[in-house]
Amino acid sequence: MAFSHLLELENVHTELSLAEGTLRAVDGVSLTIDAGETLGIVGESGSGKSMTALSIMRLLPRSGRIVEGSIRFKDRVLSDLSEDEMEAIRGTEMAMIFQDPMTSLNPVYRTGWQVGEPLRIHRHVRSGEAIATATDLFQQVGIPDARSRVRHFPHMLSGGMRQRAMIAMGLSMSPSLLIADEPTTALDVTIQAQILDLLRRLNREYGTATILITHNLGVVAGMCDRVIVMYAGRIVEQGRTEDVFSHPEHPYTWSLLRSIPRLDAEPHEPLTPIEGSPPDMVHLPAGCKFQPRCPFAVARCSREEPSLLQVRDQLARCWVTQAGTELNA
Amino acid sequence: MSNAPAIVAAEGPIRRRPVALLELARKNRGVLVGLALVAVLFLVALLAPVISPHDPIATEPDNAYLPPLSPGHALGTDELGRDQISRILWGARISLPVAFVAVAVGLVAGGLIGLVSGYAGGLTDLLLMRVIDALLAFPALILAIALVAALGPSLRNAMIAIGIVAIPAYARLVRAVVLQLKPMEFVVATRSLGATPVRIVLRHLIPNLMNPVLVQVSLSAGFAILAEAVLSFLGLGAQPPTPDWGQMITTGRTFLPNDPWLAIIPGVAISITVYSFNLLGDSLRDALDPRLRR
Repeated sequence: MAFSHLLELENVHTELSLAEGTLRAVDGVSLTIDAGETLGIVGESGSGKSMTALSIMRLLPRSGRIVEGSIRFKDRVLSDLSEDEMEAIRGTEMAMIFQDPMTSLNPVYRTGWQVGEPLRIHRHVRSGEAIATATDLFQQVGIPDARSRVRHFPHMLSGGMRQRAMIAMGLSMSPSLLIADEPTTALDVTIQAQILDLLRRLNREYGTATILITHNLGVVAGMCDRVIVMYAGRIVEQGRTEDVFSHPEHPYTWSLLRSIPRLDAEPHEPLTPIEGSPPDMVHLPAGCKFQPRCPFAVARCSREEPSLLQVRDQLARCWVTQAGTELNA
Repeated sequence: MSNAPAIVAAEGPIRRRPVALLELARKNRGVLVGLALVAVLFLVALLAPVISPHDPIATEPDNAYLPPLSPGHALGTDELGRDQISRILWGARISLPVAFVAVAVGLVAGGLIGLVSGYAGGLTDLLLMRVIDALLAFPALILAIALVAALGPSLRNAMIAIGIVAIPAYARLVRAVVLQLKPMEFVVATRSLGATPVRIVLRHLIPNLMNPVLVQVSLSAGFAILAEAVLSFLGLGAQPPTPDWGQMITTGRTFLPNDPWLAIIPGVAISITVYSFNLLGDSLRDALDPRLRR
């Protein structure tokens, strides 16, 4: 392919102007993703994961604005495109799946009609044809009895099936990039596994590059080639999934991993929660943004903010590990 | 082989309305009765020339002031000997179209304002809503009277005035529903598929508005009929000799001591009509209330 990366974000800053003030929802995020790759973005609520995704899709809320940096998709700078050109890309070359399958389908339309919507928008196919394609797609995403399911309204389907329908809709134009924003958060654990399995299968079969946004580290471990950990709008750690999970180099990642229950731990061994609460995004602390909650913080952390530098096999934004200290409690 | 017809059926055209009116009527007695009454009213309006026993404006001075149940004149005659039942039946041909036009004016103008206001938000919303607030500041009927007084008394101007008075209710209703729908993920999801804002409003938001708007149409039709009767009663609507209910009451008023039916009968006609529309609207609202459904 002619372009170096499928998607490349360079130093992207996105601001939200709220009544309380302006906040940097995305602060200097740089990342790349190549065809066929699966990238995980992990972080707490409000860490800027979804805002990064919406910045890529150029679907920010009215209060949001990309103030700095560039987003290149297939060697086109997205901020240079007109709204019309962007509409032509959305749904065809990049698609997005949302968190809540309950509200992400229009309640007054039959699911088959909605799943055929991208075809009507972009290829101007007739309704009958779109519904036939929707039936095919339903079968591909594993909805049983697809022929009758396309005639059902969203409220007649279970959450898992609705999420499958959303995935079918996202994939209907075979996009090269699929952004899944917490696709399994609202689902039961068993259904979560099925949906993730489906995403993995589609990623392998069609080579669709996938950005998986989640706060569930287990999901990332099972799905993603590389992972990005975000905190307060910044990337704090970035690397191959094995590296980040086996030896986290940012205390936040380290704490996240320690706060998950493990099967191989001693029974009754207490979990280690992350102390404190996520930062107030309008009034961020000076220095490292994680420093107030960090068990490893040193004097320098509250004065200067570290940059994202190579630490062992990955990138981390931490004075402590950059100085060579290993994270261990 | 046995399931072949089912498959053929599954490939048939997909019906879009989730709640069909007739389906609702089957389940809800209020909707059924309201719908039936409104249907009868429309039939009466449509068939008035056929079913009226007499010409509604032909005078018969010899037969004036006949009481109801007189031979040949089931509801009697008025001061000029015109057949009351014929005038009542023909009156439906005035009231219903007036209501229809007034509701259409309110729905189209108000709906448009509500859609733009709700979807665009910001300064547009602020300005449009202040205009609507200004309209709402006047009592509806007083505003209608003032408008007709300004435009000149005629049935056409009455329709326009009643329509304008109906605008705020539609604008606020549509805006409120749009504001409720806008943050729902399917709106962003549809945009993420490449739909233009116009397509989202027309194809994805408007179908969601149908239920509350249907209720409002029914209720405001009742109001429009009442308002038309009031305007005609005040001489600002239909002009004599048009057989109009409101105007019949005005004339009948003079004869209340001796021949009260001249005013009572058109009054009853207005009541039944307004009641029918309100019953339909109220029971539709109950039937469509999501809190009462699953």
